[in-house]
Amino acid sequence: MEFADILHRCFRCGYCKFPNNYQDFNCPSYSKFRFETYSPGGRMWVLRAWLNGELKTTPRLAEILFSCATCGNCVEHCVFPKFKDDILHAFLAAREEMVNQGTVPPAVRDYLKALQVHGNPYRLPAGERGKWQDGLGLELYSGQEYLFHAGCVGSLDERGMKMARSVAGLLKKLEVSFGILGTKENCDGNEALFLGEKGVFNSLVERNIQEFQSRGVKKVIALSPHAYHAFKNDYPKNSYPFEVFHYTQILAMQSKKLMGLCSQPGLRITYHDPCYLGRHNKEYQAPRKILKSISGLQLLEMGRVKENAFCCGGGGGNFFTDLLGSGPESPARGRIREAAETGASILAVACPNCAKMLEDAAKAENLEGKIAVKEISELIQEHRAEGIA
Amino acid sequence: MNDLKFSGEICEKCETFDCLTRCQYLKMDLKTAKEERHRLLRGEESRVLEECVTCYACEEYCPYGNHPFYHLVDQQEKLGVWPVPQPITKQQVLMMAPRGKITPKKVQPPVINMCYFPMLTGSIRGKLFDGASTIVGSDIFCNVMWLHFGKNSVIRQRLPEMIANIWDHYLKDSGVNELICFHDECYGTYTHLAPAFGIPVPFKPIHIFDYLNKKLDELKDLIKPLGQKVAYQRSCSNRLVPETQPWVDEIFQKIGAERVDRKYDRENALCCGAVFRAQQQDDLADDVQKRNLDDMAAAGAKFCVFSCPACLFTLGEPILKRGIMPILMNDLCQIALGEGMKGG
Amino acid sequence: MENLFKELAQIVGPSYVSNQPEERFIYSRDPGTMEPREPDFVVLPATTDEVRKIVLLANRRKIPLVPMGGGLVLSGLSRALKGGIVLDMKRMNRILEVNEKSRYALVEAGTSQGMLQAYLKKNHPTLKHSVPDSPPMATIGGNVLIHGSGHLSHAAGFHSDMLNGMEVILPTGEVVKIGSCSTSPYWFGRAPLPDLAGLFLGWFGTTGVVTKLAIKLYPNRPYQDVGVFVTEDPELVPEVLYQAAGVQVAEDITAWMTPKPDWAKGFQHININYAADAPEELIWKRNLIRASLKGLISRKVGGFLPLPPPMKKNFLEAPQTTLAQFADVRKGGGFEYVGGIMPIDLFPRAYRAGIDIAARQGTTYSTGARIIGLGHCMMFFFAYPFNRADESDVDRARRALEETNREVLEMGGIPWKAEAPAQKQIIGRMDPHTLALINRVQSMLDPQGIMNPGNWEVR
Repeated sequence: MEFADILHRCFRCGYCKFPNNYQDFNCPSYSKFRFETYSPGGRMWVLRAWLNGELKTTPRLAEILFSCATCGNCVEHCVFPKFKDDILHAFLAAREEMVNQGTVPPAVRDYLKALQVHGNPYRLPAGERGKWQDGLGLELYSGQEYLFHAGCVGSLDERGMKMARSVAGLLKKLEVSFGILGTKENCDGNEALFLGEKGVFNSLVERNIQEFQSRGVKKVIALSPHAYHAFKNDYPKNSYPFEVFHYTQILAMQSKKLMGLCSQPGLRITYHDPCYLGRHNKEYQAPRKILKSISGLQLLEMGRVKENAFCCGGGGGNFFTDLLGSGPESPARGRIREAAETGASILAVACPNCAKMLEDAAKAENLEGKIAVKEISELIQEHRAEGIA
Repeated sequence: MNDLKFSGEICEKCETFDCLTRCQYLKMDLKTAKEERHRLLRGEESRVLEECVTCYACEEYCPYGNHPFYHLVDQQEKLGVWPVPQPITKQQVLMMAPRGKITPKKVQPPVINMCYFPMLTGSIRGKLFDGASTIVGSDIFCNVMWLHFGKNSVIRQRLPEMIANIWDHYLKDSGVNELICFHDECYGTYTHLAPAFGIPVPFKPIHIFDYLNKKLDELKDLIKPLGQKVAYQRSCSNRLVPETQPWVDEIFQKIGAERVDRKYDRENALCCGAVFRAQQQDDLADDVQKRNLDDMAAAGAKFCVFSCPACLFTLGEPILKRGIMPILMNDLCQIALGEGMKGG
Repeated sequence: MENLFKELAQIVGPSYVSNQPEERFIYSRDPGTMEPREPDFVVLPATTDEVRKIVLLANRRKIPLVPMGGGLVLSGLSRALKGGIVLDMKRMNRILEVNEKSRYALVEAGTSQGMLQAYLKKNHPTLKHSVPDSPPMATIGGNVLIHGSGHLSHAAGFHSDMLNGMEVILPTGEVVKIGSCSTSPYWFGRAPLPDLAGLFLGWFGTTGVVTKLAIKLYPNRPYQDVGVFVTEDPELVPEVLYQAAGVQVAEDITAWMTPKPDWAKGFQHININYAADAPEELIWKRNLIRASLKGLISRKVGGFLPLPPPMKKNFLEAPQTTLAQFADVRKGGGFEYVGGIMPIDLFPRAYRAGIDIAARQGTTYSTGARIIGLGHCMMFFFAYPFNRADESDVDRARRALEETNREVLEMGGIPWKAEAPAQKQIIGRMDPHTLALINRVQSMLDPQGIMNPGNWEVR
């Protein structure tokens, strides 16, 4: 297995479980399960034992492996510079092994099957993909500056669609030149890759590249940081190069237009850095720049932000497989509690997975009256003054 | 081997003993200076050997270029009067030893010599260094620092090898004759120290200020004057090469920086104090640093330019705490060229 | 066994019990060289009452019970030597109280060092606790109970000296309060009562399960600095330690010696960390420390390294993250060390022993010493890295550790947090009356012999 040669180098010191200030556990699976096996170090050792036959494949082992939310906290905080960058790579390689063996958890199997058969995890027909933009008057892509990619969650999940509509609507109001693919849009494949299903991922890459190439797409705006990450890092640039942006980066470029057009004095907001935009791709400023364009807004940062953000648990396929569950120790509930402690009345998010995970968590924690989860463009739209029609 | 180009006769005939009477630390009167200088000439112990803080200034003050400081260091080593505790010296000698890892590399002009400071190579960017090659590593370390440790023997032993490394591995086969020295130490080594020790230097050293000064002429249409007050921290090694000072003035004039008029500048410059700490003289280091920084602040400096990494590492944080931005000369020029601190 | 699983699940909830091969694998070993010993169950209690019920169950069924904190002791003390239940205490990690004026914190035993440090920084920034150099995952309970030491040990002794009180579950299930908390609502200390804390400190969990601890806190002064004194004659080091410690202004005095990088070989570095409430005070303390060593400095046989501020950052960290990196020296994720507690005048002998043993065993090494109190003793550590994937390398380290334990005892020191074989060596040297007393205490407190059996086996 690729990256197997780093597994024995883990000292199980546990720095990977923490953010840089050690304020709380920052590994979603360890935080939820609390057995050492579910921590990055424990996972490394378990995988090594599995590869050398000391441990057999079991549902428990599969759960240990697939409960990783791939948030990257371990990569960020591991103190061993010579192999830390490959920790997640090792986990993904092990997932590939399990996919090939056919021993993945049932929820993972079901997700991958749905994706393979239906092209989306919701088992909905392709025709449903375009419906999120009904009534918005968006154009199909035909050479505009950008292609706007809504993704599976943005196209087919209720909460995701709300976000997609808001973001696309705001981009339109700001006169950003973009089009969509509608029913022709394909899944970006990030979750497939991170669940170890390289075959499905590669076929999605092929289909997406074909669509982009045939239409001459040069720049893509991704709604989801997951898609942003895949397009930016895992799509081969030698076959068809294209630039990719997260929508917050485009909005940040428009922040002068937004400045002074949105106003809500005394609005107390905290912001959750999505892992695939923040820690994985180091984009911490663009969303904050947009928030600061709302005049009167007070940005109250949580203790764990930027490269220390605590994952909502929606990565690594867990948004669909739900291996981390929704109990009181689930990362999403821990995160919403942390957000509420800042005294903010709104938790701003920039990812459809985070939006849903954290909204559900707020309900489970009975915090709905105290803190609302809002995506950034939704905030802009809600608090705009006259100026943008 | 490598006899120092020092003449005892010149010192004997000297009437002013500037090396000791102008010393900012020993502050000797003429009579005492004469006595102590003659003790040194006789090869005897002198309090000068013990009390010298190794700031190099006397190399500049001597009107005859007779290398009073290099001679002093030779005497320190000969008589075992160590300026720095022995374990520290020994460790430093090991730490800065050539690793023997140099491999030949083709270079193209301008070739920037970063000495053994790889952490500063990120500074070689933008229009000022367009097309530049850099060389860096333990095997081309200039070794001037041993003057602070009473270890001329290490200089004599290692410097010829370093010069040969630079010439044989980089310059000769690339057909390049000029080497831009990023730091005062290197330029001082190849233009002043090496000749004083009779060590030949086959290439032509160019000081970074000379290089920048000429480059700014080429890029003059891009310059937006800074309109800032800037202090200049003169390193000890710059005492070996005072001819570089007019370039500082010219560069500042071209980029619209005002070299603040302050007490501890030019011939009255103060050390960064790093070496005083090695000599276990923390109080002196504190005093010198405070006077220096107070002086910069009183003159209204917003930036402080460094041309020596040791000064930068030592004073950078304290200067920042005073609200003065520490900066390398080339970085300041880059700001004037609109390239900012993060490059073009 | 299935019944036992159900009973444990009834106590802590099914999500927090495991008898799965994966947990049994991980909890059978720690990152050191000791051979794995598998437990039958791993349980994660969340409250004192859950622990009590587990203890009663274990007592009833005569099942071994092994309390575990961070699992970072490296000498295998949380392995289930005779099977049974490993009690991973880390869910019990609440910080219950901080009394600022009396400078103490009351925490559950599984609270990690890192979380307490972060909590105090945020909520009580004028206070800090003595942080060991183990990774922040190490627990307060685990470290105090093994007589750990850390960044305030020069100022205030072993971490066990900083203990104000405890809540303990005896092996027979009683919940006992130790210290002032037994009689007062405050956890201010162990005096003036008969000090029962000694029944649980250094016993490796063989006398009960500690569920809460109150530890002393100390001023967290905003200005910090470190002086690194270097010499190349180990015979001088006891004098350096004696003088520097005698000034009584430093917070931490720790020596380090390593053969790599090359420039460090043969030199002894002594880090002296100190802190102050004002810059002038910091300079004053620096000068006091330097004055104490002026004799050596004037002879030029030692001196403080001229470290510019950016180079001091590692030495000012607590815990020092670079120490864990020693585990990758052999590209193999492992190191273990013998910490010999001994008088400071044994420094030269310990230093030479470390070099000799490493040479004989063909392993690389790193040594150092943390000063406890005013040089009342030191924890001299001999660390050997190994490549976990190379059994011969692990063996080499193991042999080096065994030889080191013997050598430490031979010179008059005592191995700290000694692994099971070293415990036997200690027992072999111990005064018979002391042994007898240990036996009596164990028999009294743990008649069924369920608590971490295989450790301190004097019966």
